[in-house]
Amino acid sequence: MADLPYTEKVIEYFKNPKNVGKIEDADGKAKEGSPACGDMVSVYIKVDDETKEITDIKFESYGCASNIATGSIITEMAKGKTIDEAKNITWNDAAEELGGLPDMKTHCSVLAVEGLQAAIADYEEKHGLVKDEEPTTEKVVEKRLRHVMNPMTGLDVVKTDLIGDIDVEDGVISLKVDLAEDHQFANAIKEDIMEKLEHLWDIDDIKIKFAED
Amino acid sequence: MKEETVYLDNSSSTKMDEEVLEAMKPYLFEKYAVASSEFGYSLGIKAKEGLEDARSTIADNIGANSEELIFTSCGTEASNLALKGVAEKLPEDKDHIITSKIEDFPVLKSAQRLEKEGYEVTFLEVDDEGFVDVDELEDAINERTGLVSIQHGNQEIGTIQDVEKISKICDQKDVLFHTDATHTFTKLPIDVSKTPIDLMTLSAHTIHGPKGIGALYVKDGTDIEKMMDGGFQENNRRAGVENIPGAVGFAKAVELVNEEENQRLKGMRDALIKKIQDKILDTTLNGPAKDRTPQNANITFHYVEGESITLHMDMRGFSVSTGSACFSKSLEASHVIMGIGGDHERAHGSVRFSFGRYNTMEDVDRTVKAISEVVKRLREISPLGKDK
Repeated sequence: MADLPYTEKVIEYFKNPKNVGKIEDADGKAKEGSPACGDMVSVYIKVDDETKEITDIKFESYGCASNIATGSIITEMAKGKTIDEAKNITWNDAAEELGGLPDMKTHCSVLAVEGLQAAIADYEEKHGLVKDEEPTTEKVVEKRLRHVMNPMTGLDVVKTDLIGDIDVEDGVISLKVDLAEDHQFANAIKEDIMEKLEHLWDIDDIKIKFAED
Repeated sequence: MKEETVYLDNSSSTKMDEEVLEAMKPYLFEKYAVASSEFGYSLGIKAKEGLEDARSTIADNIGANSEELIFTSCGTEASNLALKGVAEKLPEDKDHIITSKIEDFPVLKSAQRLEKEGYEVTFLEVDDEGFVDVDELEDAINERTGLVSIQHGNQEIGTIQDVEKISKICDQKDVLFHTDATHTFTKLPIDVSKTPIDLMTLSAHTIHGPKGIGALYVKDGTDIEKMMDGGFQENNRRAGVENIPGAVGFAKAVELVNEEENQRLKGMRDALIKKIQDKILDTTLNGPAKDRTPQNANITFHYVEGESITLHMDMRGFSVSTGSACFSKSLEASHVIMGIGGDHERAHGSVRFSFGRYNTMEDVDRTVKAISEVVKRLREISPLGKDK
């Protein structure tokens, strides 16, 4: 077999994934999916109510190699940490631990990290630990879009200045993507943006403009 | 330890036949001159003879005259030339083009480009097996329609379109008809002396010929604009020094194909499909059971993802491809699987197995065994399909 775009560690975790499975009586669980690439990941956690420590964690993956490897590493990293500590695990931490991931594949691997965050959020919600819903502002939109990857760089679309003119008014978000509409990744990025924003509780419509060529 | 690779991606490209290389060699090391007219020097005249013999062999195979064949650098260039070259020469009141949603990228992207330039393009829907509805196509033709481009066999799911019927409709309505025959050439009979096809894309590297050579059949009298500017080669229809070794290799590849081989491909295709369906639960055959190109099998393994499958298969020594978005360079799921009404999920776990000359029935058995193991393993870690 020729050289793969993946590190040895990614391949190792892909071949022998860790913490795979389902926890039937999970304290927190979440299913995250990427509309752009179609991958899906489920994360289950058991949390000690006293110490807030994650005592057990499992994941299932309907995804590609990076998704499976990231699921493995992230569950290993989170196990034994408190939920507040685990919340701070970022995609970068996971990627670093894996010795790097191809830029194109950030998409699929970010999902595993989001799955963990969502499983923790699910636990917090069930245990009355969430704050009230905040109104959507430009800041909130920007924060959400930091989870949308720019496949050309592997960094998020906000950091790479791909998104501009964010505006929120009367339940409508409008923003501009600095790419031609027929760009190789235009559709994938658009679907991802929609997914991140369309479920905001006070938003009815999202208007995405692409650059003129 | 590992046995030799089982290569099942022959629709992407094939291993070149040794005999093809032997045929090419004299034109690389002895008769390497540029093709010249009969007034040139001997070496150039000999090179020209090689080129013209090759042209005539390929033309014969499709029932065309030699002058009707333009050599190009590949099938992609041939399709670009067909669509853009014809469009440029169409009368001003013919500004409508018809194609289908599941064409291969050269036709699809050329059509999209023409749409941008102001042509109206109809992208026909296909049914759940990938067939264009011939009546719908006929209805889509209007007085402004100048060109119809419908592929012969599909690159991913193998659907064979009724080009016989479609070409006749176009002929009756006086509309030019192009077909991309990359995946059917030499595998299915095509005779342009009996079927009114005006333009046809051919390629060498999918039939165990060399890479870097293709051809466009252009029926005598069809007006086409040159896309590549330069010298007067190819009857002033495609500039650039002729790839004579390529053309000679292309012709040899055509000569080497025979009906027995096509029957053998069909046998392996059918055995693979049947064995997978018998052995693995929850699969879907993409494309039709009959009217399918001899080399192609495409199956969705539900609840698992294609890139994971191809990677695991590669580790076991099998080369296959997938329509999963994770595998594509645009992060978009196969437009063909989506085009036949499939959803993301169906594309996500789709695997294409395409056979060639060097595959054997033994490969089929080994492939079925490997894919069964891989799918089982990936299903164990999938959150889907556990409820049954």
